[in-house]
Amino acid sequence: MEITGAQALIKSLEHEGVEVVFGLPGGAILPVYDPILDSPIRHILVRHEQGAGHMAEGYALATGRPGVAMVTSGPGATNIVTPIANAHMDSTPLVVVTGQVARAAIGTDAFQECDITGITMGITKHNFLVTSASEIPRAIAAAFHLATTGRPGPVLVDLPKDVAQSTMEWWYPAGVEELDLPGYRPLAGVDEAALERAAALLATSERPVLYVGGGVLKARAHEQLRAFAERTRIPVVTTLMARGAFPDSHELALGMPGMHGTYAAVTAIQRADLLIAVGTRFDDRVTGRVSAFAPGAKVIHVDIDAAEINKIRHAEVALRADAAGALGALEEMGAAPANLDVWWKEIRTWQESYPLTYDPPAEAGPLRPQQVIESIHAASPEGTVVAAGVGQHQMWASQFWRFEEPGTWINSGGAGTMGFGVPAAIGAKVGRPERTVWCIDGDGCFQMTAQELTTARAEGIPIKVAILNNAYLGMVRQWQEMFYEERYSEVYLNADLPDYVKWAEAMGCVGLRARTPDEMRAAIEEANAITDVPVVVDFRTDTSEKVFPMVAAGASNDDIMVHPSQRGRA
Amino acid sequence: MSPEPFLGDVEHSPVRHHILSVLVENKAGVLARVAGLFARRGFNIYSLAVAPAESHERFSRITIVVDAETAPLEQVFGQLHKLVNVVEISDIAPDDAVEREVLLATIPTDVDNRTSLLDVIGAANASIVDVDAHHVTVMLAATPAGCDALERALEAHPGVELHRTGRVAVPRLGVPTHEPMRSR
Repeated sequence: MEITGAQALIKSLEHEGVEVVFGLPGGAILPVYDPILDSPIRHILVRHEQGAGHMAEGYALATGRPGVAMVTSGPGATNIVTPIANAHMDSTPLVVVTGQVARAAIGTDAFQECDITGITMGITKHNFLVTSASEIPRAIAAAFHLATTGRPGPVLVDLPKDVAQSTMEWWYPAGVEELDLPGYRPLAGVDEAALERAAALLATSERPVLYVGGGVLKARAHEQLRAFAERTRIPVVTTLMARGAFPDSHELALGMPGMHGTYAAVTAIQRADLLIAVGTRFDDRVTGRVSAFAPGAKVIHVDIDAAEINKIRHAEVALRADAAGALGALEEMGAAPANLDVWWKEIRTWQESYPLTYDPPAEAGPLRPQQVIESIHAASPEGTVVAAGVGQHQMWASQFWRFEEPGTWINSGGAGTMGFGVPAAIGAKVGRPERTVWCIDGDGCFQMTAQELTTARAEGIPIKVAILNNAYLGMVRQWQEMFYEERYSEVYLNADLPDYVKWAEAMGCVGLRARTPDEMRAAIEEANAITDVPVVVDFRTDTSEKVFPMVAAGASNDDIMVHPSQRGRA
Repeated sequence: MSPEPFLGDVEHSPVRHHILSVLVENKAGVLARVAGLFARRGFNIYSLAVAPAESHERFSRITIVVDAETAPLEQVFGQLHKLVNVVEISDIAPDDAVEREVLLATIPTDVDNRTSLLDVIGAANASIVDVDAHHVTVMLAATPAGCDALERALEAHPGVELHRTGRVAVPRLGVPTHEPMRSR
């Protein structure tokens, strides 16, 4: 059957089981937008290409399936560079199709030409410039294979316009061996000798900690993790990327480690004699000063990416394996430390002395951001999906929401991309329409990508957005307060400009505002009751509120600063 | 193979270097992927040589000499292996390597310097590959140290124009190569 390259592209996406594409058309990708009309694939028309990328990420993080975005050449392609970089940092499976100028025009500085494969070389797992229509099926099949196997990540396929317009005899690769990837061999299997050494370290450990990262979610290893933790009774810390991999309500859960982690999680790692690091990369936001990180601990490092082993911290035992395989194998061996009662007694005193806390709000307001998050959590259905932007609100959401299952926390970790929240929440809602989806956002973040609420309204994607409006770029303000002698430089945003309620209404959403605890409860109730259109709530929060605990950048985790009300406690 | 040139293998380069022989797919942009990886990870490349691989037109071989101070070998291996177009990496320690590179130099000549120049060329075991009334072009295929020595000797001649290829290397016979790492 002879079809066009454009038809082959859409057919290839159908072959890969794609149900939704987030995108925005333009000159070079025009041919591909014609066969979309005849395809069962749902296309969601965004208002800015960055929105398409973050929506695809939100979809991927909520469902575990690869997100797909499609944009045109030149500025369309450069606008999606930030989501690609974000997905690369957070190992999110993404397939991005970009239009390109016709082959004959490549290299001539043609209209809307840019070297997007060159630009994204360092921020994709791999990318392709397709040079003939007959290669389209292989490129798409390879893109999905690369994006979803091994350590997942974004893959970009650049498609020149004339290739989309030319014809090919339809075919599709029958299997991996037809993908022509001689250099791609994702790890498989667990090294038995390393396993035995890991078991030996476990057997002699008195103060072990399971340091769990996003790789556990990517490998869908949460059940293996839970079985292993429950049998061994090893305390579990879940990094920002791993929230939801282990239930926060579980007695073995210590919460998040790192710069804004719980005192118990941070301190347990510092005092540990053994870290079982699973699918995690010793990020600087977790380790603080590396030389002072977990100084007494030996390390068992499980990672699917061999380059992560020994990158930051030497591992006594390296298990180059998928988290599910490694945890399953450890579980099968029955490896376990002896009695951990003494260790747990110590951890419980830290939990009791230094729980997450905040000062109670005044009845007249302003609101406490932490209280807003706790109230939304309490009033929303079980299994609500939470997306966040980047900053103080993100840390509070991670701290004060209670995550119980995978795919319920959608956030930008490694890249720290402000504006991620709204489009990511939209993508998550598209992937899991039966769930309530709240975006916990900051006023700074909201202004970066809020236009996608127009998309949400037009496409019937009823997300809810909580703006924790403190009138500031709050995290920067916090650092200027604490480390720059309260010299506030370019951080004031003004709580009333823009008028968030009117802005929401202009985009076809319901806009609400809450200044006091009573108004807050009413607004949350009203927002949760609206299920047909997006809702935006402008919560007026206390400007001076800061995120605690905190470890200053570059400091040792031993120098953790707890909430002011807890200082001086034993 | 010509006899070892003067200063031969005796003098080692002061940089602590390591030689990676990287088999890559022969596709557009692969060299940029490899070079870009080194640049963004802050690994210094000491020299680099690329040519189609011995066996197959699908592959090319890139010989990279890395500065081991800036580039922990395990990291270089791991990161390189993540490039989808990289098929195989072998690592050769300098002491276990037979290394060669080619030097080409064009030197202005006149009656005053011709004799001393011929002495240098002879001592280095270099060959004269081109000549006109006022210049001579010499070629040396030797160890990097041998090329260093000739380069120093030729620097005394004003107006010399000198090019080096960067080295290629194979393991010494009888020395086991490190098992190529196959992972990502």
